[in-house]
Amino acid sequence: MSTEYEPVIGLEIHVQLATRTKMFCGCDLSFGDPPNTHTCPVCLGLPGTLPVLNARAVHFGVLIGLALGSQIAERSLFHRKNYFYPDLPKGYQISQYDVPLCSGGSLGEVCIHRVHLEEDAAKLVHVGESGRIHGSDRSVVDFNRGGTPLVEIVTEPDLHAPDQAREWLTLLRATLKRLGVSDVNMDEGSLRCDANVSVRPVGSQQLGTKTELKNMNSFRYLERGVRAEIERQIGLLQSGEAVAQETLHFDPASDRLTPLRSKEEAHDYRYFPEPDLVPLVVTGEMHAAAQADLAELPAARAKRFEQQLGLAPDRARELAFRTELGDYYERALAADGHDPVTVANWIPQLVERIGSDADPAQSKVTPEALATLAGMVSAKEVARDAARDVLTRLVAEGGDPRTIVEERGLGSLTADDGGLTEIIDRAIAADPAAAEQVRQGNMRAVGPLVGFVMKETKGRADGGEVTRLIRERVG
Amino acid sequence: MLDSAQVLHVARLARLELTDDELEKMASELSKVLQHIETISELDLDRVPPTSHVVDVVNALRADEPQPCLPRKVALASAPDPVDGGFGVPSPGAA
Amino acid sequence: MSELIDLTAAQAAKLTRAGELDPAELFEAYRARAAGDELNAFTWVADVAPAGPPAAGAPLGGVPLAVKDLFCTEGVPSQAGSRILEGYRPPYTATVVAQLAAGGAPLLGKTNQDEFAMGSSNENSGYGPVLNPWDRSRVPGGSSGGSAAAVAAGLAPWAIGTDTGGSIRQPAALCGIVGLKPTYGACSRYGMIAFASSLDQAGPLTRDVTDAAMLLAHMIGHDERDSTSLPFPGEIALPAREDLRGVRFGVPEELAGDGIEPGVLDSFRATLELAKRLGATVEPCTLPHAPHALSAYYLIAPAEASANLARYDGVRYGLRVDAPDLISMYTRTRSAGFGPEVKRRIMLGTYALSSGYYDAYYGTAQKVRTMIAEDFRAVFEGFDFVVTPTSPWTAFELGAKTADPLAMYLNDFCTVPMPLAGIPAVSIPSGLSAGLPVGFQLAGPAFSESRLLDAAYALEQAIGFDGSAARR
Ligand SMILES: [Mg+2]
Ligand SMILES: [Zn+2]
Repeated sequence: MSTEYEPVIGLEIHVQLATRTKMFCGCDLSFGDPPNTHTCPVCLGLPGTLPVLNARAVHFGVLIGLALGSQIAERSLFHRKNYFYPDLPKGYQISQYDVPLCSGGSLGEVCIHRVHLEEDAAKLVHVGESGRIHGSDRSVVDFNRGGTPLVEIVTEPDLHAPDQAREWLTLLRATLKRLGVSDVNMDEGSLRCDANVSVRPVGSQQLGTKTELKNMNSFRYLERGVRAEIERQIGLLQSGEAVAQETLHFDPASDRLTPLRSKEEAHDYRYFPEPDLVPLVVTGEMHAAAQADLAELPAARAKRFEQQLGLAPDRARELAFRTELGDYYERALAADGHDPVTVANWIPQLVERIGSDADPAQSKVTPEALATLAGMVSAKEVARDAARDVLTRLVAEGGDPRTIVEERGLGSLTADDGGLTEIIDRAIAADPAAAEQVRQGNMRAVGPLVGFVMKETKGRADGGEVTRLIRERVG
Repeated sequence: MLDSAQVLHVARLARLELTDDELEKMASELSKVLQHIETISELDLDRVPPTSHVVDVVNALRADEPQPCLPRKVALASAPDPVDGGFGVPSPGAA
Repeated sequence: MSELIDLTAAQAAKLTRAGELDPAELFEAYRARAAGDELNAFTWVADVAPAGPPAAGAPLGGVPLAVKDLFCTEGVPSQAGSRILEGYRPPYTATVVAQLAAGGAPLLGKTNQDEFAMGSSNENSGYGPVLNPWDRSRVPGGSSGGSAAAVAAGLAPWAIGTDTGGSIRQPAALCGIVGLKPTYGACSRYGMIAFASSLDQAGPLTRDVTDAAMLLAHMIGHDERDSTSLPFPGEIALPAREDLRGVRFGVPEELAGDGIEPGVLDSFRATLELAKRLGATVEPCTLPHAPHALSAYYLIAPAEASANLARYDGVRYGLRVDAPDLISMYTRTRSAGFGPEVKRRIMLGTYALSSGYYDAYYGTAQKVRTMIAEDFRAVFEGFDFVVTPTSPWTAFELGAKTADPLAMYLNDFCTVPMPLAGIPAVSIPSGLSAGLPVGFQLAGPAFSESRLLDAAYALEQAIGFDGSAARR
């Protein structure tokens, strides 16, 4: 009666490349500039104009291919993909078709089908009352974005759960960021993800009818959209209905999927080789240049953090999958010969204070300062609680943690300090029952005593040291 | 060879509107031309590579260096419906 | 005045460079003639001479140039013979036009043409047909018919046009002037409104071979805006050869027999005899796939055109027919803006590329193209040039072939194989047949333009064609 279904998910990711100029003309890329201020005869598709390929976009394409372990085509071609839409000035998109720049490869557990170069469409702004496609009667085209270099990455259908898809996209994003080929900002559209989703009975090798999901422009939306679609498809199959092959639009407000265009007119893109461009041949020199720019990738970095620096797997990934965190971490390590695990543990503290999306390198806390602070804690020169206050101060004002500790008298109180022993004695005097239990070996009772001391010292004492001293004093 | 349904389909792809008269005429004219053209199907070309470019050039690449853009006024100078600094069109979703 | 008009462009340039002729006077003489055009050869004529004399010593001497409307010219109507671009003034100038202006050939006017260069009679212009100056009831050929008629009639000293399947050579033949289609990639296509990108080439239409060489010398060169353009190996020298000793002419049986009008064949054979007397060897050769060139051409060119013309959508420039929804705006605009031949070719090309038909049509045509190029390569191992009649017939009556597209397409029978192979070819007048000019075509290997023009020059001197009747 109840069949178990297995989702099969493939992703198609469009990545805007961080070149200076567009794919086929010399217009500089723009973000948020007034409409139609970054155009020229070529990207407006004026009669008589011709495309000329951006060398840096090719370099980035090869770089991505190498990073994904793809086969780089010795000779690849550009095609015209023909369809009419106001955001497409020539009536065709120049893209790669049967011979893409890169084929195959993998990232993590997911195989890559292909990676190809193409140009982005322009921006269509709907000026009707609702602001959405449906219901507006007039639109305005802004060609600033038109012709931006894109790389399209198509995976094999190797993903089988919504959260797995999300996790994998995070890895891809980190990888691209690490390569420096894109801003990979989903909010700004420099990383866009579509998903092909189907379900099949567990154990079946045949693929079910797939649908294409658009508009999942955040990691959360991707996960939610795919989950909603899997549920919808299973629901259909369980009630004996068939899944229709269609393109769906995800509405994050309602978690609903609506057909994008109900078109009886099937797509027929009439691809043919772009006669205005010549074949692209990746020379040994171009290959070597990309190889030289190939940075250590997040997956490898996480492994190194784990194996060579002794970080826990989760912490290693946390730092490696966000390039800016990994970079900051390594600069902090380089600053001084501190214990890598201790320094790593302070990064999340910093992130918590500056905002989870912020780049710590942009904060007032230098990697050296964070390393120094971590070192002071290890050396018990400052107590953990006090160090947290110091970090808060560093985030607000910057500066050197040693100076802050000295100026504000936050240095650890130790046994040598008459003050600390005196406070411990007061704690014992204030709660003799607890002291008696500690003396009898019940270490759980030490808590209230330590708490008293911490309160009195405003966190300047080291918890371990205080515990040791209490046991010493109660005899 | 080419019936009016096929011609209509092709016209839709090409965003052309044909009157009934034009449709009929187009079907017969295209059929006649295609009949002539199809003689090439008799050639033995199995092992012949296609030629998409007659010139023997590869890698015409451009350095990634910005060039001046058009002033917006110039970009919009020929626009049939300039609006809000952009090119106005009926919305794709409008019925 | 009539003396001025009887000077070739090269002769006029020589006089202006020597200070014996005022370029402003020359410009005004032609401007007045172009403005009084009764052939509908021009779609736009300059109001005034360009400010100031051409740069000192400019090799083209300020001799004004007629430019096919397919070339974009900044601030000047560039309509490609189409109503869909009526009144369109581009914000930039085509590379070859800019190069010629820099060389000292100022823009005299824009010439009429078949819409988007699709046609062989100029009857497909959105701005009315051009008349042949030899007989105004006849067509001038096409698609560069305006340029050909203007030069033949002495409305312009020289002109440029474009050739995709014969659009320079065939009207040159029908109007009794010289027309050269250069090697693909020799001249930049930037700013030339595209018809079929893998075939289109700009070239000169001139009164004689020397003028053609002079113009060509300023048209060639690599342009970084055109990925398919190439640096021209060597220079274009002014032709000076008086004989054809040691030159081997190959006459392809496939293009010089069946289907050619008798008067044209007579003139062709007489020219071959002349060539022999000049020292050439003339022998038959074979281009086995040439009879299929027309089929390949009428798949490849419309296919590329169907994409190239998709940009005329009423959004950024040109005609727009308003409609409440987007698709209706598109279809009404395009249906109103394009003429019947353009629609026919868009339909043909769209069909040839459409799902399920690509391999049978476009893919096969590209293979035929390979074989045609192979045929030429093989012939050029034993011959210097392939020679044929340019057009199977002389200028025909207006309207004679408009009812039958296929009959019209046969105009290109002798001229399409060369652009498919990317090789250069020139048409020179070889005489008259029943009072109408006949063209003789010479084709050579890629980048053989200098040799080709030299041979054409030797023949031209021997033929001694007098085109002055068309200027009266
Ligand atoms: Mg894409
Ligand atoms: Zn641009």
